Amino acid sequence: MIEPDPAFLSVHSVSKRFGGLLAVGDASFTVKEGSITGLIGPNGAGKTTLFAIVSGFEKPTTGRVLWRGEEITGRPPHRLAQDGIARTFQIVQPFAGLSVRENIAVGAFLRHRRRADALAMAEQVADRVGLAAELDKPAAALTVAGRKRVELAKALATQPKLLLLDEVLAGLNPSEVRDIVPVVRAIRDSGITVFMIEHVMQAVMNLCEAVHVLAQGRIIAGGTPAEVVRDPAVIEAYLGHGAATRLQASDDRRAGRPEGLNRPPEGSSHA
Amino acid sequence: MTARDVLPIALFAAVAAVLPLFVTQNTWLNFAVFTLIICLAAQGWNILGGYGGQYSFGHAAFFGTAAYVTAILQTRYGVNPYPAFVGGIAAASMIGAVIGFLSFRSGLRGSYFALVTLAFAEVFRVLANASEMTGGAAGILIKLDVRPANFQFDSRASFYWIALGLVTVALLVTRALERSRLGAQLVAVRENESAALALGVDALRVKLSAIALSAAITGAAGALYAQYFLYLDANIAYGTWISVEALLAPIIGGAGTVFGPVLGGVVLHGLSEFTKTLVGRIPGLDLVIFGVLLILVVRFPPREIPGLIRMWRGRR
Amino acid sequence: MRSYPPEIIGEAVLNGLLTGAIYGLVALGLTLVYGVLHIINFAHGALLTLAMYAAFVAWSVFGLDPYVAILPLVPIFFVLGYGVQRLVIMPASRGEDSNILLVTLGLSIIIENVMLAVFRSDTLSVQVPYAMEVVELGPMLLGFPRVVGFGVAFVVAAVLFVILTMTDTGRAIRAVAKERTGAALVGIDVKHIYAVTFGIGTACLAVAACLLLPFFYVNPRVGNAFVLVAFTIVVLGGMGSVPGALLGGLFIGVVESLSGLYFGESLGQIGIFLIFILVLLFRPTGLFGAKA
Repeated sequence: MIEPDPAFLSVHSVSKRFGGLLAVGDASFTVKEGSITGLIGPNGAGKTTLFAIVSGFEKPTTGRVLWRGEEITGRPPHRLAQDGIARTFQIVQPFAGLSVRENIAVGAFLRHRRRADALAMAEQVADRVGLAAELDKPAAALTVAGRKRVELAKALATQPKLLLLDEVLAGLNPSEVRDIVPVVRAIRDSGITVFMIEHVMQAVMNLCEAVHVLAQGRIIAGGTPAEVVRDPAVIEAYLGHGAATRLQASDDRRAGRPEGLNRPPEGSSHA
Repeated sequence: MTARDVLPIALFAAVAAVLPLFVTQNTWLNFAVFTLIICLAAQGWNILGGYGGQYSFGHAAFFGTAAYVTAILQTRYGVNPYPAFVGGIAAASMIGAVIGFLSFRSGLRGSYFALVTLAFAEVFRVLANASEMTGGAAGILIKLDVRPANFQFDSRASFYWIALGLVTVALLVTRALERSRLGAQLVAVRENESAALALGVDALRVKLSAIALSAAITGAAGALYAQYFLYLDANIAYGTWISVEALLAPIIGGAGTVFGPVLGGVVLHGLSEFTKTLVGRIPGLDLVIFGVLLILVVRFPPREIPGLIRMWRGRR
Repeated sequence: MRSYPPEIIGEAVLNGLLTGAIYGLVALGLTLVYGVLHIINFAHGALLTLAMYAAFVAWSVFGLDPYVAILPLVPIFFVLGYGVQRLVIMPASRGEDSNILLVTLGLSIIIENVMLAVFRSDTLSVQVPYAMEVVELGPMLLGFPRVVGFGVAFVVAAVLFVILTMTDTGRAIRAVAKERTGAALVGIDVKHIYAVTFGIGTACLAVAACLLLPFFYVNPRVGNAFVLVAFTIVVLGGMGSVPGALLGGLFIGVVESLSGLYFGESLGQIGIFLIFILVLLFRPTGLFGAKA
């Protein structure tokens, strides 16, 4: 097995167990400085758990996380933010009672003690993510796409070196995705390394230089998007199976059959 | 803080300060001082409960600690009342930090935080009622010695101005908090703790700062109470009445706003005086009204009232 | 620490168990409401006060023995609890945790002070012929009303168990407790079940009040003495657990009785509060953080 290079962010044999369930098993990978790196995998593969471990919200059962050569395993999230690792949440978490400006300022306060500085920083960040016109609206009043941008802006306002994006494109329509892709690229161009969980494959192919594939808690492949897509293990575990299910489902609909053959047994989602 | 931030507070203080020039009856001044003490205690609650979203049901722990420490330092150790007053506030703040550390470290919030603060206040009440240090059930009496150097005045107006001064300081502190990094982080923790953590907010430290500040302000109310009435017992100092008063005023007047606690305190006690003159002194009646108001305010939050009226009009 | 002969300690333990059963009954209502509605009912103590006054009035005005008064008071308090949940708590709190906290606090303030306005702050008690009778158990003497209270508390728990496991309503209550959305999907009227549960919890208080009255007093704040105790029991026994409430009640009764023996009456309750604080602080946070 190849030891991951210890450069920027490296994850070494990380496992996470919840009771009897192995959410992540022996996962190792690296994120290169200055890259946009993707983490993909089918639903329930353990991507969010892995993200939670890297961002300090969960402690791994075993394994280590290194950040610029220093061990950060289990360091709490607010200290990681201090150290330059920021994250967004898949389910956006705006501070509902606050305006967009104040939301972003909470992030900016990390490196600016004075309110005036933090507010100035918030405005500057809002500009970068295209929220300049919404600064005085209550965060709760924005559309999903708007809230995704606020989520991004809050994290950016902490002036991170590494930005972890948890499905920042999920729930957006194609034109909204098109709008936000250049924003992510511009973030990287400003010198911030981006590590993203993503489901929208087209965006992954488009944005990422490197992709790691997680399936059933294990890293099964890694490389450029083009390499990964050709990897038989990936097709087997993720694309192949997923595509087959989707095709099956659309065939069923066309045939007027109420249920797909691959449909999970009734009630399993209520367990 | 800008001039615009301070102006309303200055205006309030100025208007309230001239009151004793017109109202000279002792019963009215008495009422005004008592109301201001409640407002002060409520302003303390508002920092933690209003801005921080951590609802304490036991602010009596801070009120009582400051009151007892102020009184005991004077009666047992001969400390001058002014430093004793400061000592009381410091002690309350420390108790706040300890209770906060224990509760917040254990991740208590919501109803559980309310319950644990209530239990702490009750422990203090039972201890104060039994301990020799606090005079047990007989309570503690600060010797009457009316000299300004002794923090005792022959005119109630002097106490009124002191209470008003403290309330004004608390208003300024609240406004400054609103405009500060700590304030922004505190509100962020209230709205969404994990999102705040992800942005580098040290939620534990922020909540601890809030409870220490909150306890200090409510403590100032307790110390002032001791100095004004010169008598304390466990049911006054650590009784649930003050925990409830400290919470009712901000909730009714607007939790998490600068003027909410003062507005609520004045409305509640104004209302209770008004009913007393209307129907005579029936024990408990004022609190019944407070309870009804509390439920009504929760059911119909004041900020939603314009919308409700519109809806009602539209329906007709 | 003073040392006592074993029969004194034994008597204290037994008396603690007897009182503890009634504590358990009070906690039963609280834990049931928590387990099903997932709310902390701050008005529980005040509702107990109300029930004790009701039993007092039944005795002083209608001449009903407190044990007989159980029969009319249980349905009355069931309806009262049902109405309070359906007409006050639910509409006013709009499902928010902090609102429920405030609404039930408001209710307790109202109840307590209405009692104060009506009955003033005097401490009242009933005179029943059996108040001073004792039951001899070897060398130990146990108050007759406490023994009755102990027995009836267990009967009530048994009845409750039967209701919860054998009747349709009981099954619906348990379904709602387990999975609210699922229960609603299969056609259970969740709002009705919530109110029924609240009603049952309040009816438990009516029984507890009637059992307490022959050997206890009533004043407007009497419920406060029980409410923190009940919360302690509920937390100790596991939030929402019916057997936990009973066992917790017995345990707390003994703790109170023994700490009263060793530290004196006035400090007796401190043991309970300290247990309460310790349990709250040192139980795993997930258990508590989840609903907040």
